[in-house]
Amino acid sequence: MAIESEVLVVGGGLAGLTATLAAARAGADARLLSYKQSTLRNASGLVDILGYTPEGDGPLVDPYDAIADLPDEHPYRTVGVPTVREAMALFDDAVPWYRGGHTDRNALLPTHGGSVKPTARYPEGASAGLASDDRDVLLVGFESLVDFDAPQAAAHLRAAGVPFDARGVTIRFPGDLRADATVTRYAKLLDTDGEVTVRGQARPVRDALAERVNTQLHGEERVGFPAVLGDDDAPGIRAALGDRLGAEVFEVPMGPPSLPGLRLEDRLFAALDAAGASIETGNPVVDYDGDGRVERVYVERNGARIPNAADQYVLATGGLVGKGVESDREGVSEPVFGCHVPHPDDRYDWFETDAFGDHPFARFGVSTDDDLRPTRADGGTEFDNLRAAGSVLGGYDFAAEKSGSGVSIATGYAAGRAAAEEVR
Amino acid sequence: MASAPHVVIIGGGSTGAGIARDLSMRGLDVTLLEQGNLTHGTTGRMHGLLHSGGRYAVSDQKSAAECIEENRVLRRIASHCVEMTGGLFVKRPEDSEEYFEEKLRGCEACGIPAEVVSGSEARAMEPHLAEDIDKAISVPDGAVDPFRLVVANAASASEHGARIETHSTVTDLLVDGDEVVGVEVDHASGAGRHVHGVEGGTEEIRADYVVNATGAWAGRIGEMAGVDVEVRPSKGVMTIMNTRQVDTVINRCRPKGDADIVVPHETTAILGTTDEEVEDPEDYPEEEWEVDLVIDTLSELVPMLADARTIRSFWGVRPLYEPPDVGSTDPTDITRDYFLLDHEERDDLRGMTSIVGGKFTTYRMMGEEISDHVCDQFGVDADCRTAEVPLPGSEDFSVLRDYMDEFGLRSPVGRRSVERLGSRADEVLKTTDPNPVVCTCEGVTRAEVQDAIEGSGSNLNAVRIRTRASMGNCQGGFCCHRLASELHGEYDEATTRAAWNELLEERWKGQRHALWGEQLSQAMLNYALHATTQNRDHDPAERDGPPVDFGAFDDGATPTDDPPTRDAVADGGRDGD
Ligand SMILES: Cc1cc2nc3c(=O)[nH]c(=O)nc-3n(C[C@H](O)[C@H](O)[C@H](O)COP(=O)(O)OP(=O)(O)OC[C@H]3O[C@@H](n4cnc5c(N)ncnc54)[C@H](O)[C@@H]3O)c2cc1C
Ligand SMILES: Cc1cc2nc3c(=O)[nH]c(=O)nc-3n(C[C@H](O)[C@H](O)[C@H](O)COP(=O)(O)OP(=O)(O)OC[C@H]3O[C@@H](n4cnc5c(N)ncnc54)[C@H](O)[C@@H]3O)c2cc1C
Repeated sequence: MAIESEVLVVGGGLAGLTATLAAARAGADARLLSYKQSTLRNASGLVDILGYTPEGDGPLVDPYDAIADLPDEHPYRTVGVPTVREAMALFDDAVPWYRGGHTDRNALLPTHGGSVKPTARYPEGASAGLASDDRDVLLVGFESLVDFDAPQAAAHLRAAGVPFDARGVTIRFPGDLRADATVTRYAKLLDTDGEVTVRGQARPVRDALAERVNTQLHGEERVGFPAVLGDDDAPGIRAALGDRLGAEVFEVPMGPPSLPGLRLEDRLFAALDAAGASIETGNPVVDYDGDGRVERVYVERNGARIPNAADQYVLATGGLVGKGVESDREGVSEPVFGCHVPHPDDRYDWFETDAFGDHPFARFGVSTDDDLRPTRADGGTEFDNLRAAGSVLGGYDFAAEKSGSGVSIATGYAAGRAAAEEVR
Repeated sequence: MASAPHVVIIGGGSTGAGIARDLSMRGLDVTLLEQGNLTHGTTGRMHGLLHSGGRYAVSDQKSAAECIEENRVLRRIASHCVEMTGGLFVKRPEDSEEYFEEKLRGCEACGIPAEVVSGSEARAMEPHLAEDIDKAISVPDGAVDPFRLVVANAASASEHGARIETHSTVTDLLVDGDEVVGVEVDHASGAGRHVHGVEGGTEEIRADYVVNATGAWAGRIGEMAGVDVEVRPSKGVMTIMNTRQVDTVINRCRPKGDADIVVPHETTAILGTTDEEVEDPEDYPEEEWEVDLVIDTLSELVPMLADARTIRSFWGVRPLYEPPDVGSTDPTDITRDYFLLDHEERDDLRGMTSIVGGKFTTYRMMGEEISDHVCDQFGVDADCRTAEVPLPGSEDFSVLRDYMDEFGLRSPVGRRSVERLGSRADEVLKTTDPNPVVCTCEGVTRAEVQDAIEGSGSNLNAVRIRTRASMGNCQGGFCCHRLASELHGEYDEATTRAAWNELLEERWKGQRHALWGEQLSQAMLNYALHATTQNRDHDPAERDGPPVDFGAFDDGATPTDDPPTRDAVADGGRDGD
């Protein structure tokens, strides 16, 4: 006997989580199957809607305004602006400590390389870092943390023309963390306010850190740190440091492993739990039965193939990064259901010669009908009861446009809601 | 002698660097000029095989004998650049038995230690060899790091007083009547270390003698003085795998052919190669069929290569030379030997000799021969010592492993740093500052990167080839910006950013030939890290057009109530539970 549900979502990244949440909140019996940690582990944790047009115009002040001019095959065009707005409202409700929902305007945030980027939602912990705020900034880096060089980032921000003065200092993190300590190691120490030894004396790490920064602070009202300020108690850490520094504290998002991304993933799983969805993680969906309609899928667990059946399915296995889209020397494919992925025949037509060229591979993914159902090469739908959401969709370059999380949330919402409507 | 003759060497590949070391050790006054980084030419784009001579044991026994001799020398003087992997000539059932026997006899004739091993013995050594191979000949092939070796030669030359100029292009030869008397040089960024954005300039350098060691470019230097040097450049592809599928050099035992060798190199295995004559050593097609050919053909020896992940491909151009009267039509027929062309004897042009052809493995021998020739011109009587005196970094290599703990480096990071640095490990790694890993794939630490920057200025590609940073699986996705950060401080932000951009583009270039499967996923991840997380594709600091109107964007206003941060503290969140 197969495990049964009404809506079955394959893939637990931002798209799959949103789809399951939308389906569950619409009253469906929803189940999520996910294999590994999602792309959020790699992503900054910022939620972009649209920062640049496909032609490269931007940064866009209002992302919604520009959606109408996107090409037809763009997922935002498939779902439409009102759905994008509803999806963002669901996100804002599920993750109340994200900011940016008070306005349609994009925000500009400093990056760990010192550039600024447009985004639509940002964690509360990043909010004091907004580049349109004109208060002066001190950036603080740690000697051993090679991903964030504060003096360089500050100089880069100045070159970008930000409306405030930015200064950067590098300090030694108090205590004796190894030179190759991971970001989670810093976070844990700060979470627990563990003791560190400074000049022979044991001190709580938050005090010791604030003390080191205080000697470097010259009246700046905002202080930015690399995004290592805690996992469980991030707000407490920022507040404690802020009090001792007399300044607002923010985090600058960084590369993998990204704590803000992981925090967001945790929160969404919690919201899903609260909404009563069933969740199974750690095992891949490897096969399915059905022709024109998906009957059941098979999860591989310890070598056994366990059937899972549902009325409606959502494919949210991610793109090239999440492994929802695969390739070999001969071509590009979607491995779970074998959905068609349009691509040029010759693999030398998959990329451009410049590192930041208009790469076709960045737009690889399934194409869909108006209802987000994947389509075959001949234009017909692959399966009546399968919808796709998130990075597994083709037709947009999230990296260039800065639209990754927004597309995942909008299409996840639309697919989850549509699936729930079918079972009612 | 009142003052030593001044010799200008053009070309900073293995040949030029070897000559510079030799002549400066003999007391001559040496200037080396290289248009790019050291190893910018063929030397930086070769297969990394330290030949035992086995490959030439049938077709070219003179080269084979030179190879085994120099193979032994390099193991002695450059132990930190060489990994003695051993090599196998593998015979498949369809390969000729007769040739196998010829190969064996050839090795004997040239003094190359060679031994026949059975198919099962060979598979015991290399478990991924195909099931159906017949047998193999084992020879002392090795892997050699061209970057480290050339840098060590240049460092030794410098220690002996040579002037080494990189990013300095020879634009003309100064000819006075029938004699070359110097060169005209265009410095990209002023003399000394290369720094981005620093204005360069031209310089006339007078010389008592000029050595043209420009490899595939030798014909162009010849033209500047109106002499013909008939170099026939021939390209070859090399495809880099993400891991070492083999730990021994694997050769196919059959007469010359494409795609017949796998060389384990550091953390990777490199497949090669092809042999196609090209017109222009700097501008030639890099083709898909070449990559497919090496993968498909070498899978006959090592089947798992068919589906393994490749991280990039690169091409090099052989500076083959053939005396004008031979006229081979197929480039694989052109000899691999080297030639010393004295333009006085040949063209009645005094003051210059060109050295062309040859192999990386025999660079030192080539250097010795031309140095003898140069010394003869001036009646200098000095012995060559390059075969005896170890290169910087290779002294006392055996005791280095003990340093690992002392440097507080974790294995395997420590082991690899120490192996790369050789006896210089002590000097480079002994720092009281924290020494985090900057490039995780290759285990390169800050101290090594800083040492490389000290040696090569703000050019991150030069730092890369010295340290291997950004050359592993992720191809710089995670560390390009970290390397740029290491420049900052000594160099300003604009210089740092220019170097960063240059490295990003360079890393992208070779990956384009590996874009499928895992590496395409990696490329997408890298693209997202640089474009999405960091917005480097639309960096406002590099914007043409009007500046960003920061005032138009969300400034956080309309904060509704006191943010929950403060509440969390009031709740006692500080304790974290
Ligand atoms: C480096 C990087 C930085 C980014 N930065 C930003 C940013 O700053 N702002 C922004 O808005 N967006 C950003 N993005 C984009 C954004 O993170 C992604 O677009 C979004 O997270 C994709 O979500 P997804 O759910 O579609 O796919 P994924 O997050 O990739 O999730 C797919 C999930 O499906 C699972 N899965 C795959 N195959 C199977 C299977 N067979 N069975 C079961 N489960 C399976 C995977 O394990 C994974 O958990 C970034 C992306 C990257 C890579
Ligand atoms: C595909 C391939 C694989 C190979 N594999 C091996 C191998 O495994 N083992 C082995 O032993 N050999 C191998 N070789 C051969 C070996 O790489 C070359 O013989 C050797 O590197 C040649 O070195 P070089 O110094 O003579 O030339 P180069 O390295 O090309 O040096 C010439 C230098 O001159 C510089 N130059 C040119 N013009 C000017 C100018 N006007 N002003 C200033 N500088 C200038 C160039 O920038 C260049 O750096 C291989 C060759 C190829 C092509």
